[in-house]
Amino acid sequence: MKKTKEFKRRSMLYIPGNNPAMLQQGGVYGADSLLLDLEDAVALNQKDAARTLVANMLQHNKYYDAELSVRVNHIDTPFGLADLEEIVPLQPHTIRFPKCETIEQLDKVLSIVEEIENKHNLPHNEMGIHAMIETALGVMNVYDIAGHSSRVDAITIGGQDLTSDMKVAAGKDGIGIDYARKRIVMAAKAHRIDVMDTVFADVDDDEGLRKETEYIKKIGFTGKAVINPRQIDIVHEVYIPSEKDVAKAMRIYQAYLKNKAAGIGVFAVDKKMVDKPVVERAMTTLSLADIDLNSIEY
Amino acid sequence: MKNSLGKEIPESIEGLGKLIPYTGAWGLQDRLDEVKLVPVPAKARKPHYDKTCANLEEAIKKSQPFNGMCVSFHHHLRGGDQLIIQAMEIFKKLGIKDICIASSSLTTAHDCLVPFVLDGTITKIFSSGIRGELGRTVSEGALPNPIVIHSHGGRARAIKEGRIKIDIAILAAAAADNEGNATGQHGPSAFGSMGYGMIDAQYAKNTIIVTDNMVEFPCVPASVPAHYVDFVTEIETIGDAKKIAGGTTRITKAPLDLKIAKMAADAIIATDYFKNGISFQVGAGGASLAVAKYIRKAMIEKEVQGSFLLGGVTSVCTDMLEEGLFKSIFDVQGFDAAVSSSLLNNPKHIEISSDQYASPMNSGAMTNKIDVVALGALEVDTDFNVNVITSSTGDIMGASGGHSDTAAGANLSIVVAPSFRGRLPIIVDKVMTVVTPGESVDLVVTERGICVNPLRKDLEKQLKEAGLWVRDIKELAKEVEEIVGKPAHVATTDKIIGVVEYRDGSIIDVIRQPKK
Repeated sequence: MKKTKEFKRRSMLYIPGNNPAMLQQGGVYGADSLLLDLEDAVALNQKDAARTLVANMLQHNKYYDAELSVRVNHIDTPFGLADLEEIVPLQPHTIRFPKCETIEQLDKVLSIVEEIENKHNLPHNEMGIHAMIETALGVMNVYDIAGHSSRVDAITIGGQDLTSDMKVAAGKDGIGIDYARKRIVMAAKAHRIDVMDTVFADVDDDEGLRKETEYIKKIGFTGKAVINPRQIDIVHEVYIPSEKDVAKAMRIYQAYLKNKAAGIGVFAVDKKMVDKPVVERAMTTLSLADIDLNSIEY
Repeated sequence: MKNSLGKEIPESIEGLGKLIPYTGAWGLQDRLDEVKLVPVPAKARKPHYDKTCANLEEAIKKSQPFNGMCVSFHHHLRGGDQLIIQAMEIFKKLGIKDICIASSSLTTAHDCLVPFVLDGTITKIFSSGIRGELGRTVSEGALPNPIVIHSHGGRARAIKEGRIKIDIAILAAAAADNEGNATGQHGPSAFGSMGYGMIDAQYAKNTIIVTDNMVEFPCVPASVPAHYVDFVTEIETIGDAKKIAGGTTRITKAPLDLKIAKMAADAIIATDYFKNGISFQVGAGGASLAVAKYIRKAMIEKEVQGSFLLGGVTSVCTDMLEEGLFKSIFDVQGFDAAVSSSLLNNPKHIEISSDQYASPMNSGAMTNKIDVVALGALEVDTDFNVNVITSSTGDIMGASGGHSDTAAGANLSIVVAPSFRGRLPIIVDKVMTVVTPGESVDLVVTERGICVNPLRKDLEKQLKEAGLWVRDIKELAKEVEEIVGKPAHVATTDKIIGVVEYRDGSIIDVIRQPKK
């Protein structure tokens, strides 16, 4: 099994935890990450059934190479503890903790998770935690949340709940959550962890999704949550670097390897200065293009 | 006797005569010397003979119907056809019984024929496919003779061989003149190409053109020319062209079908066939039709210009012609009414007959020239054999269409299908009925990976080099079985209710009546 930080997280497909057909087929669509949802997608009277179904699917269904994440209910709801008790022993790649507002809440979740892991003789360093920021308070505390535990390897923004909490319209222009997006991205970057954007709700508006994905990529998001498998390819297309960008990144990285061997730190490619940040950007581009850096020769 | 796929085939069947066992996709080459073609019927009408009839009944009476005769139709109006039922009601009124229906296909629009089967008006059916209530009725053994399933190309061959001997062809036309020049390309019921009716018009003892749009002489274009036509009549309606495009002819929005289509397109792009000059066909059906959508995008991005599209034409195809992505379309059948205007107005959109489209018995049908075809399936087995005709309950509910024709001819034949539907496995150890032999299927693309026919090591290498998800079909069948289990074997009686003729006239399989 891959370690949680080894996954690309360009796309994360939401799958309602009470939908057997979608749970069964979720692994075939090519999303980098799958979110089996016990929280908002599941009606109150189906919480128990969804929990059992998701637990069974985690054990028996094939999800191929996708990262598996389970969104549990908030620990302060009647369902949160039961969710953790059922799911943590199965050690999906990550648990997603919704409406995370403070490090105290996060501590509470972490201690419950570790208690369950102890009970089942499981290590504390395999399964990751994703903290979901969905309230104004969460946005204001996001820097602390993002850096609070080494188990938190990604944070995400929940646009629907956040606009509701802020009492602003959930418009396609995203103006209402623009500050939150940028603050959350900066917190993630400061702690060198991944950051996922919220869903784009209009599944028939491909161009709208493309534009929004281009925007959130530019401001630094690692990837985007999707609610329909048809949205996955569009998100990936935005994140896959162009052939021109890949070629340029390859030239930079090859020049870096050559100069490194010669003990030179700063050099020029295409008449432009290349230093460490430029090399790091080139490495990110090559990784997004699925090119193994170890296979590159100069 | 057993054919080369190990299927048990009777030596002969009453009403059909001696059967030839399937020996391979190109078995016809070995027995070509034994094949005898029939001449077109001798006809000689006196000058200024008036072909027009006041109504369909008069046209039928003048064609001298008799008990036991064979009447042919085309199915270009698909789900909107209203001609067959009108003709059958007249035959019944005239007391004609024991009729053989030779329709290029039958759809759910023909459920209305059930009473005619039950009362003995219809006792034999030749068709590419059969669905709905009519399919169920035939599957229950209501016909005294087994239905014979032909491919589109196989039907053209069977007519030329005289194995389908048409006494009266009753052909719907969207426009016609008083001499019988007829077309499907314009008029209120325009349905596009008349490709399946062309050979009927030529070989029938009597050809009746039926239109709801009589136009001034000459009707242009003359898809069926007047010199093949004996009678012409105008009726209120031949059908509803809006119903041509059914569920199988629209591009799907279903994520799973789109995923499969994208994987198929990726596979095509990864092969050597994706280059300037490519020729291409997609079948009807959700995923296969959607392949065209992704191929179009890739052709634009990679600046590839194709040679021709073949089919089975939808507005996706005509859009690609207009965009210059392909240089021409060869059109045997329109899958939606919207393509009619392209056929009428674009000289590079060319109407062809089923003979020119797909017959194995001529000097080279268009299917012999095609590079890539994407087709659907009801079941595929681990030998790559494909069933497109019988359901999981053993009932006849599909259509052979051009499946085996295009698979045999294409350089790259791809079957696209989900690995299972609901609780039914689609990738199985053995298909219930073989329509297209595995030897002519190169790739099976499912949402759980791409299976390459072991005969095509070249493709396997190209797909793997492109990083595509290539899987062993036996391993996939096992995985599918683990997910949905193994359905109980469909028990059948010994009664043969259907005969699946391979395109060359040999028998690739028979369908036995399911036990209820």
